[in-house]
Amino acid sequence: MTTAAARTTTVEVRLPSRLGFEKVAMSTAASVAKLMGFRDERIDDLKTAIAEACINAIEHGNRLNEKLSVGVVLSAGVDALEIKVMDDGKGMKTLPSKPDIDKKMHGEEDPRGMGMFLIQALVDEAEWVVGTNGKGSYVRLVIRLDKEEA
Amino acid sequence: MQTDTKSKIDQTTAPSGTPVTVLRFEGDISSASKDAVIGSYQSLSKATVKTVLLDFTKVEYINSSGIALVIQLLMEAANSGQKVLAFGLSAHFNKVFTMVGITKYAGLFPDQAAALATV
Repeated sequence: MTTAAARTTTVEVRLPSRLGFEKVAMSTAASVAKLMGFRDERIDDLKTAIAEACINAIEHGNRLNEKLSVGVVLSAGVDALEIKVMDDGKGMKTLPSKPDIDKKMHGEEDPRGMGMFLIQALVDEAEWVVGTNGKGSYVRLVIRLDKEEA
Repeated sequence: MQTDTKSKIDQTTAPSGTPVTVLRFEGDISSASKDAVIGSYQSLSKATVKTVLLDFTKVEYINSSGIALVIQLLMEAANSGQKVLAFGLSAHFNKVFTMVGITKYAGLFPDQAAALATV
């Protein structure tokens, strides 16, 4: 009998810390998810979540320093896809509060700052891990195949 | 490296006879789209333009920075007493716009005719 761990397939991508390159991670993740049998709707959710994770890593983690790269590791299991997006930043000790459209519309909240909310809303699990020694933080996302898809 | 956003301004009339300005976007909407989104909106006359339609039919990718620009546009429009409607979003971005609450300030419609019918 084959174990789930034995059937995990890993794909790795390294991106330059330059906005726009998150689309490389999006298309790679979409290809892996398609091979796993995810529905198009879930692939769209995954693409937005991974794009936002990469943008955060590029902008906030690596501060647009092109000497640093963003690592993306996709681990395809039997019934779920795990994604780790890694940067050289210190990570986030506290997560921002849920965006409030009314506050944004009234200038009481920055119109930006929706990326982490979207990530949490679009995948099954999202976890922000602070690296040791203040470096090497990552976000871990999991998206599961529905029973109909698996 | 971010893809450019193109924008085009069209004038049309709703079935009710109300003049409507349409901002048509093409490409990605991201942090690099400020001129295309905010710049094209700000080029409209606040004195004469009362209803604005945002056409996303040719937009394939919108990230949170792009959504923030749309919110900024909606904020300026609300302060100027303008009505804003949007159409042509994919099912996914329709869901995302709904999640972040944009539907509270801009109606989302499948196409231009459906949006104009409500004006």
